[in-house]
Order: sequence, then C-alpha cells, then structure tokens
Amino acid sequence: MTQQIHIRQGRIIDPANDIDRIGCVYIADGKIISMTEEPVGFKPDIVIDAGNQIVCPGFIDLSARLREPGQSRKATFESETVAAASGGITTLCLQPDTIPVIDTTAVAELIKELAEKAQYPQIYPIAALTQKLEGNELSSMLSLKQAGCIAVGNAGQPVKNLLVLRRAMEYAASHDLLLMFQSNDYWLGNKGCAHEGAVATRYGLPSIPEAAETVALAQCLELAELTGCRVHFGQLSCKRSVIKIHQAKKYGLNVSADVAIHQLHLTENDMAPFDSAYHVLPPLRTEADKQYLRQGLAGGTLNSLCSDHQPHDIDAKLGAFPETEPGISALETLLPLMLKLVAQHVITLEMGIAALSSNPAQILRLKSGALTPGFSADVCVFDPELIWQVNSENWRSRGVNTPFWGQMLKGRVTHTLQAGKMIYCLKK
Amino acid sequence: MSDNLQLNPEGKLKHFLTIEGLNKSLLQEILDTAESFIGINDQQIKKVPLLRGKTIVNLFFENSTRTRTTFELAAKRLSADVLSMSISTSSTSKGESLLDTIRNLEAMFVDMFVVRHAISGAAHFIAQHTAPHISVINAGDGQHAHPTQAMLDMFTIRQIKKDFSRLRVAIIGDILHSRVARSEIQALNMLGVAEVRVIAPKTLLPAHVESLGVTVSHNLTEGLADIDVIIMLRLQKERMSSALLPSESEYFKCFGLTEDTLKNAKPDAIVMHPGPINRGVEIDSKVADGPQSVILKQVSNGIAIRMAIMAMAMQKQGSL
Repeated sequence: MTQQIHIRQGRIIDPANDIDRIGCVYIADGKIISMTEEPVGFKPDIVIDAGNQIVCPGFIDLSARLREPGQSRKATFESETVAAASGGITTLCLQPDTIPVIDTTAVAELIKELAEKAQYPQIYPIAALTQKLEGNELSSMLSLKQAGCIAVGNAGQPVKNLLVLRRAMEYAASHDLLLMFQSNDYWLGNKGCAHEGAVATRYGLPSIPEAAETVALAQCLELAELTGCRVHFGQLSCKRSVIKIHQAKKYGLNVSADVAIHQLHLTENDMAPFDSAYHVLPPLRTEADKQYLRQGLAGGTLNSLCSDHQPHDIDAKLGAFPETEPGISALETLLPLMLKLVAQHVITLEMGIAALSSNPAQILRLKSGALTPGFSADVCVFDPELIWQVNSENWRSRGVNTPFWGQMLKGRVTHTLQAGKMIYCLKK
Repeated sequence: MSDNLQLNPEGKLKHFLTIEGLNKSLLQEILDTAESFIGINDQQIKKVPLLRGKTIVNLFFENSTRTRTTFELAAKRLSADVLSMSISTSSTSKGESLLDTIRNLEAMFVDMFVVRHAISGAAHFIAQHTAPHISVINAGDGQHAHPTQAMLDMFTIRQIKKDFSRLRVAIIGDILHSRVARSEIQALNMLGVAEVRVIAPKTLLPAHVESLGVTVSHNLTEGLADIDVIIMLRLQKERMSSALLPSESEYFKCFGLTEDTLKNAKPDAIVMHPGPINRGVEIDSKVADGPQSVILKQVSNGIAIRMAIMAMAMQKQGSL
C-alpha cells in the first residue's frame, strides 16, 4: 500500500483535460484517484499545501543524456535522476549514444537496472536506429522495443547512406516504432562547432550551415512519406526547419517536432568570445531563427520542449572552443526557461505545460502527461514566482556546464511526484 | 562582446590576442613604438635592455619558421631570456593537456607566452587560464587571428603610404581559412581606411563576410580597380583536395597576381604577402620580386613590431 497524498488548493493546470482552476488532487496507490471531490475514506499520509503554486502533470523530457553507461566521470543515473526530479521531470527519454551504444538488449537491460536502482523518474531508452549508430546496419529494433526501448533514434549521428535510412524507417514502421530523428548532414556539417554566420566568421570557427539540418530533415521527410514511418524531429535549430515541418504537417505527414529550450533563449550573439559553455549542437543560431522557433512553438508546429540535457565534467569544457565537447546541462533550467517564455508573452502557461507534458506523452503514446484519474500520479508542483540562483548550492546535476550559471531564474519546483511517490521536495 | 581581457583597468595592453576590442590610438601607439625600435636593427649592437631579466617562452603548437624567428629575435633584442618550444599537437590532444603544458611552464617563472596554435581560440583560452602576471601574445590561432602579422603590415603600409584614410586595400585569396585576413580587416578598419575589399571565389569566403566590414568581388581584374594596397594570401594545397578549388592552374588563371593583372590597380599600388609565398600559384615571381613588392620589407618590420608589442605588454606590469 503506497501513500495517500493530498495536494491542496493549488492552481491546477492540466492541458490534456482542459483544466485551469484552483483545486485539489487526491492520490492513492500510485495513481490519481480524484480531481474533484475527496474520495470516501481518504486519509492522506502527506498533505501538500499548494497555495499560490501551480500543480501540473510531471514533465516528460524527450531528450537527455545521463552519461551512464560509459561516462560516469561526467554524471551518473544517481546524480542526474535527482536533478531531473528537482526539475519536475518524471519521465525522460535517454539518447542511444551511450558507451556502448543502445543497440543490443544487453545495454537496454543494463539501463533498466541502473534506472531501477536510481528509482526515479521513469526512464525510457531510445534504441539506436543502426548498429553502433554508424548508419550501416540495422539494429535489432524489435528486440530492443521488447527490452523497453520506447523509440529508435540516431542521437544526432548522421545516417550518410539514404538507402540504409530508408530501410531502417521501413523496418521501424513494420513494428510501429517511432523514429526520433535529429537532422544532421555529415558532409554539410563539415565538423563545425558554431553557426555559419557573422560570429563564426569573426572568430574563425569551423561552422555549420542551416542546410546541414534542413537538407537532412527534407530527406527524412521524403522518406517518412515513402515508408510510412512515424517520425519525431528533435532539437530543431533554425527557421527553415520550422517551415519544413509546418508544410509537412499541413500536407498530412505523421510527424512531430521539438526544440531544446536553450534555442529559444540564446543566439550566436550571446556567446562571449570562445566561451565553451555556449558550445552546443546544433549550434546557437541567429535572432531570426530564435524568433521563428518561438513562433513555431506558439503556433503548434513544434509540439514540445526538451532539455537536451548533456552534463559534462569540467575538463570537457576546458579548452579552446572547437576542442571542447558540445552540450548544456539543462534538466534544472527547463521549467524556469519555459516560464520565461510565458513572461515574455511567447506562449501561455497552459501551452508551456502542454509542451512539457501532454504533447510529449502523445508523441510517445504514453498514458501519462495528464492528471486524469486512473493515470499514474506523475505530478509537478511549482512556485512560479520563486526566484533562485543557478549556483552550486541549488544545483543537483553533476554537470555544471550551463551558460545560465550564476543567473537568477524565476520559477522553481517545490514537489515532484512520480507514480504517487514524492521523489523531490524543496527544502525551505 | 568585448575583448577587454586584453587590456588592464588603465586601458594598457596586457595580452595581445586579437585586434578586436582594441582602439585606434592603441594601434597607433604600437606603430609609433615600433618606429622607435626600427633604428636598433641598424645599430652595431642590436639590443636594448628593456626586458632584461624577463623570461619569454615561444610556444609553437604549429609549425612556423618566419614568425617564430622574428619573435625570438625581437625578444633577444629586448634582452629577454627566450625559450622556444615546438610542441606537436599530437602530443597534446585535449585542452587538459594544453592547460597542463601552460601550468608546467608557469611554474618555471615565465613572464610571457607567445603562442601559436592550430585551433581558433587557443590564445584566448591560455590568457584566461594563465597566472595573472603572465602576458600572452597570439602568434596565430587557427583561423581566428594573427594580430602581430596584421600590425606589421599596418606598419609597412604606413611607412609607404603615410595616411590610412584614403587607402583602398584589396585582400586576395583564401579569406575563409585566413587568420591573417581577419586581423588585417579589423586593423585596417580600425585605422580608418576608405575601403577594404576582399577578392576571392565564393568557396574561399566565409559566410556573411561583409559583416567584417568589407566589400566583396569575385573577379580579380574588376576588383583591383582603384586599389592602393594589395595583400595576397597564401593558398594551401589542401584546398584543392577538399573541393574548394578545381586546380592550382585555374586558381592562378583567375586570382593569381601577374604583371598584367597588377596593371588594374593604381600605378603606385604596393604588393604584400604574409609569406611563405607560393610562386606561380597566387603570385607570379615577377610581381613577388618586382618593384611594387614590399614582401621582404614586411619581414624586417616584423621584428620591430613584435618588439613593440612585447615591450608594451610588459609595461602593464609596472616593471619598466
């Protein structure tokens, strides 16, 4: 018998059920049992007073790296799941570029074990689309699906041979597997590390044109139509990608897309000279790209937001910019940066929460991302007004590689529940 | 985006990493200081005691003969103790070891690093992580900057043309991969020339090249019209294998500077080249060795300008 939890008098925002009102959530046996009246005989073990706070479905992060197996010097399941919970995240998808790659059931099982040991949140591995992510031979997708992988993906590794991509997509479609694709043309990317624009030109940085993303995206869209494969395009970075997804949806293709939250706040111009904290892939692009991505989110072309969490050890970011490793540690800034979009009138709060819960749940076909009675009690309670500093006192991830380090951010998770268990509570 | 890393609170030079973030009067001060050192080259004892007791380490992670030699001579003429190290990049694969190299040398009481590295941003990285009393001079980092080369070219131009404000300068060749070009463009614009024009095929120009403050031409004959100063860039052989150009001969046909094409520029135009030159690839021997060429003058000026920059960067320590 698990605990009974009563979340009292919070502003409940549950986009999937079109709810936005002050009220209570009743939880028992790991599930939401009522959103309206107190069930008969309900004796809460825990009462969470959510006055002046927002109660919403726990967040579902479509792209994260926890660095295990293979790179535990950077981060571990233990460190990163705590970080995720403190960021209100109750479900996350693990990219397959672990060491070794998630291309055998043994690795998928290992991840399941690690996840169970860490206890929370729910972790779904994404299986590698091809063996070793090399783009040559298909992975055992069906076995990997049966071992718990929620989708197949390329983890940003280019699939150079389009015939292999076609066949992988056909095979995935045969088993009703979602392809989570990060568009990146190997040759056009030309081993760059920054957006091909004025800043890279000034600093002499090897650069990546938008076309590296849009060409690969256009090819994959064509193949989505040919093969009937469901495709989710992850971590888009530029205007023309948004336009292409918009057109594809209008045309009737079964595709969805997300954007990493930092792409909605940062551009190439924010980068201090050679500051490796800003080294991400795809790279930070222009103001126009940022605005278009924001519009894409507001207009629904981009279905969801993800953290694209990539924690690093200090040495990985200590070097001349092109030699440093790309990525931002981002689980804990996901909520405040979403709220910043609300404060800047880019999206409504309800849209922001949907982009972090019900929309990704729909993409993954999960029975979660909503506060529907009977659903697993994955709940996030946050204080939208609480201001906190990104510093070592507040930070849980082992990766401190964030360009937001030291900044004051508004909005902080106070409680996170996963399957009815309190997995995070902010100490006052 | 400021580069005030280079300046101390009084606005004096601490590091010399890039032209960006400096100002016109500082560039003029460098040129004037170099002017005062020019005479030393003609003296019998070619030395001044300005940096006596100081230790300068030339850290060359990338091969160079000319730049390293002139830095070494410049340091010796300032009476500093000089150590030149060639470190193959293969032995320092990552930033950690770059930092370790620096830390180890720091522990030997070094006062200045002169750094050349194949990666853009390497000099910045070292300046950010080295002990506060150490000055860092960038002797070329990746495709980013080569500010001492730019300053010696400014010095050479000023010697001959005197006034920058009416000058039209053409930079010809592989702008995309050229740290020299980036630094030249910034320096020329900062000193207030009338125009900087880049002449190259699109494959050798970086994206948004106009944002650097240049006009663009893809045609050498047209591009040379009204030009006072021609800066040729070296064409690396690997540009052909990476599909940026079809062949050396086609490049020479389109962008090689010959006696004939030179006639399109002003009659008193000067021809410069940061070296080493590829005769018959970007420049014809008759032009390289001809009356309008100032290529060897650039090399001699390299010593004075590097003396000036080293002396000024050391001055910030209040020890001079």
